[in-house]
Amino acid sequence: MNGLGETLLDEADETVRVRLIVNGRKVNCEVAPRDTLVDCLRDKLELTGTHAGCEMGACGACLVQLDGRAVHSCLVFAVQADGARIDTIEGLSERGVIADLQAEFHRRNALQCGFCTPGMLVNAQELLSRVAQPSREEIRDALSGNYCRCTGYEAIVDAIDAVAKERSKARNAGGGGA
Amino acid sequence: MSTPLTSLDRPNSYIGRSVPRPNAKRLLAGRGRYVSDLKLPRMLHAAFLRSPHAHAKIVAIHADEARALEGVHLVATGTDLAGICAPWTGTLDHFKGMTSAPQLPLPLDRVVWAGQAVVAVVAESRAIAEDALELIEVDYADLPVVVDIDSAREVGGPLINPGSAHNTCFRSQLDSGSVDDAFAHAAHVVEEEFSFGRHTAVTLEPRAIVADYDPAAGMLTVHHGTQTPYQFQDLYSRHYGIPEARVRVIASDIGGSFGMKLHVYHEDMAVVGLSILLGRPVKYVADRMESFVSDIHARDHRVRARMALDAKGEILAMDVEDLTAIGAFSTYPRTSVVEGNQVIRLIGAPYRFKNYRATLEVIFQNKVQTSQYRAVGHPIACAVTERLVDMAASKIGLDPFAIRGQNVIPDDAYPQTSPTGYRFEALSHQACLKRLHEIMDYDGLRAEQAALRKRGVYRGIGIATFVEITNPSPAFYGVGGARISSQDGAILSLTPSGEVRCLISVTEQGQGTEAIISQIVADQLGIAQERVKVITGDTEVTPHGGATWACRGAGIGGETALQATRALKRNILEIAALILQEQPSALDIVDGEVVDAVTRKPRLPIAEIARIAYFRSDTLPPGTQAQLTVSHHFAPQGYPFAFTNGIQGCALEVDVETGLVKLLRHFIVEDCGRVINPMLVDEQLRGGIVQGLGAALFEECRYSDTGQLMNGSLADYLVPMPMEMPDIVIAHVETPTADTVLGAKGVGEAGTAAASACVLNAVNDALAPFDATINSIPITPAKVLKALKRF
Repeated sequence: MNGLGETLLDEADETVRVRLIVNGRKVNCEVAPRDTLVDCLRDKLELTGTHAGCEMGACGACLVQLDGRAVHSCLVFAVQADGARIDTIEGLSERGVIADLQAEFHRRNALQCGFCTPGMLVNAQELLSRVAQPSREEIRDALSGNYCRCTGYEAIVDAIDAVAKERSKARNAGGGGA
Repeated sequence: MSTPLTSLDRPNSYIGRSVPRPNAKRLLAGRGRYVSDLKLPRMLHAAFLRSPHAHAKIVAIHADEARALEGVHLVATGTDLAGICAPWTGTLDHFKGMTSAPQLPLPLDRVVWAGQAVVAVVAESRAIAEDALELIEVDYADLPVVVDIDSAREVGGPLINPGSAHNTCFRSQLDSGSVDDAFAHAAHVVEEEFSFGRHTAVTLEPRAIVADYDPAAGMLTVHHGTQTPYQFQDLYSRHYGIPEARVRVIASDIGGSFGMKLHVYHEDMAVVGLSILLGRPVKYVADRMESFVSDIHARDHRVRARMALDAKGEILAMDVEDLTAIGAFSTYPRTSVVEGNQVIRLIGAPYRFKNYRATLEVIFQNKVQTSQYRAVGHPIACAVTERLVDMAASKIGLDPFAIRGQNVIPDDAYPQTSPTGYRFEALSHQACLKRLHEIMDYDGLRAEQAALRKRGVYRGIGIATFVEITNPSPAFYGVGGARISSQDGAILSLTPSGEVRCLISVTEQGQGTEAIISQIVADQLGIAQERVKVITGDTEVTPHGGATWACRGAGIGGETALQATRALKRNILEIAALILQEQPSALDIVDGEVVDAVTRKPRLPIAEIARIAYFRSDTLPPGTQAQLTVSHHFAPQGYPFAFTNGIQGCALEVDVETGLVKLLRHFIVEDCGRVINPMLVDEQLRGGIVQGLGAALFEECRYSDTGQLMNGSLADYLVPMPMEMPDIVIAHVETPTADTVLGAKGVGEAGTAAASACVLNAVNDALAPFDATINSIPITPAKVLKALKRF
């Protein structure tokens, strides 16, 4: 009668302790092997700024930084992230590292419902960390895994383009002074 | 007292100004509060077992193992919920003769589409609930499946609803002027049969609901990702027999809606019932697969249409037949026939011909329901009309701009009534056409197209005029018996510190409702925008109103805010006049200061008036009762709808080897009346256009012949992504409605209304050298290659 039920429950019940550095702080949490990183972040750590849109890596809403690189937190099991450094929209916001992107998104209204926005910002930051002055085409290409139903994308591309130029200008100015 | 609405050089002049949305900063910092984020004490989680069959009898449900699983609190079937929930029927009285079977949260004995929820499990976690689903067995007996328009209409074929004689939900006919006569005497007739695939909203946040019934208080609180909290307050109250004042619906941040989240869904209704049965909060968030099989779909029309013209290209008549297949039920409470109704009423709307005939037939089939989704009916009406206009132009040898220029209702000929009965107050087709011609550099594009064709590069240029329905009056739903309000309400207070709090019934889905309302309030009162706080989306605190749908937020909600603000301003100035020993008419408010109306000299901050009124009323003349809170309602009067218009253009390239279409540039000239925030209007247009471009090229819910959705995931269902989308050039013409002081009309659906028509025309333009035509949306590479006889 309850044989299968207990087997399932046993498996579901069995948890593993993972240790992470989330937004600069050491945390540990008990997760089931089947829990994804996005579920761990949202449910266990209450970092709800990271969103689950498709749970198959197609929409980009769940992007976070794992050891400094953008990854789909819906495609990573929480146990796989053991020992990793995770930065979410909350941490990136509080550290101020994407303040210029956020300000430019705000100024240009490069968001409407905001559900895709954390993922967009994580991906924009990833792009700008790798390519200093991407063309509009390169920006669109880099965002090709980030789905937004609201904006039509143009304002997002504009905002990233503007920030790329500002950052380059600042770098060049800094370089000139050195 | 009435200052002009458009002077941007005076202080606090926010109407017409591009200012960013104050509430967007939270979302940018990951501090949005979506229903899918919500956790309540003792909250449980629901999951649903869904039917694998498109049509089957439920023979037995075996759920004992699931019930025994640790962590499971409740397994509920149709019977359990039918005991507490009154059934609903998706019909409206003004659609004469329409039928639809009664619906319950979960079915009693029959499933009618693949993906329909059959059994609900409530457990400690979503994972446990889903584990329990695996332990449930349902015995089904297959019934004949009806999955296409033709088999649904076959006489003697399988019936979807036992007891009915056929699978028709609704029929309607329009006949105006003398259509047969016009066709008999026409110099030219063009005719085509069009098909429009099913697509769906694909909001990035799926549907989400947390129902929280407190049996001790007899109070139901529902956190619901919806556009229309008041509609759901009314429905939960009536279907579960809870007094309306004890039902609270809170619509917090919502990850996209587009019309999809204002319908009654079986799971949502079930979750409310599950919470009532358990006396605990129950949460349900659809996963993406569930969204594809249970969110409403839209379109799915087949339209045969012909157009008669005289020798010079003057349109004489149109004759249209629209067949549309909905689901097994009509959606509640707005029905599934509004789209078809708008298709046949909007066809031909930009043009001045008078002979028009149309028939509409709405048909049941074993698929998930279709219903209102962004631009309801408009894309179909626009594509049919505009393609026929292009076909006529090509037959007669006219340029697409020329034939439209000669047939649109002239800008100075308003008011006009369309042959379908729509009354147009004032539209601006001629001005829009002229402006589009300029911003497209139409002649340049044509020259480039000709040059490239010689090199084997096939560019297409398409344009499409459109008319959009906005600011709906009770003529839309109220007359049909639906308890869906067309009015809005606002409660406006001057706070003790001299700030303004505005509780208003229109809601926010990211389009900027709260931003424009704060602009209007700040502008009309004379205060900095950051001193206005707008609160929306909670039936316990915001007054009852229509909320946000059918492009009514700015036009109706905005006018509500404007009138409420003027009332508050009168009250503030009355108190100011008593304090200052002046006449109220001698005073005005600028930047939070009461000033002399003539000299603009500051006399007294409004914060000081608030301080005196709230804390030192003893210093006011005896008998004075300061009214620093006003409540105000506004229902649209005059024209039943504020129609808007515009025209779109696009340039694209068709790869005749692969059939792929590359969008190069898109253009729109739009007239939504008074523009409150140009940036937000432009972003509505861009987002709307891209939604229409997705429909044009990519989006289609594809079914197998057994009624299985074949591409129900975000990897298989193609949505428009950044790489494929063009930049969009926007221009405006402003023809304010005279029905309101504000003069604003809606803009949310204009982009979607004509984008797919525009692409259809452009692709056909590109294929013209091959004598190949496309009459079906989405325009997939396979369809292009088939048209080119290469596939």
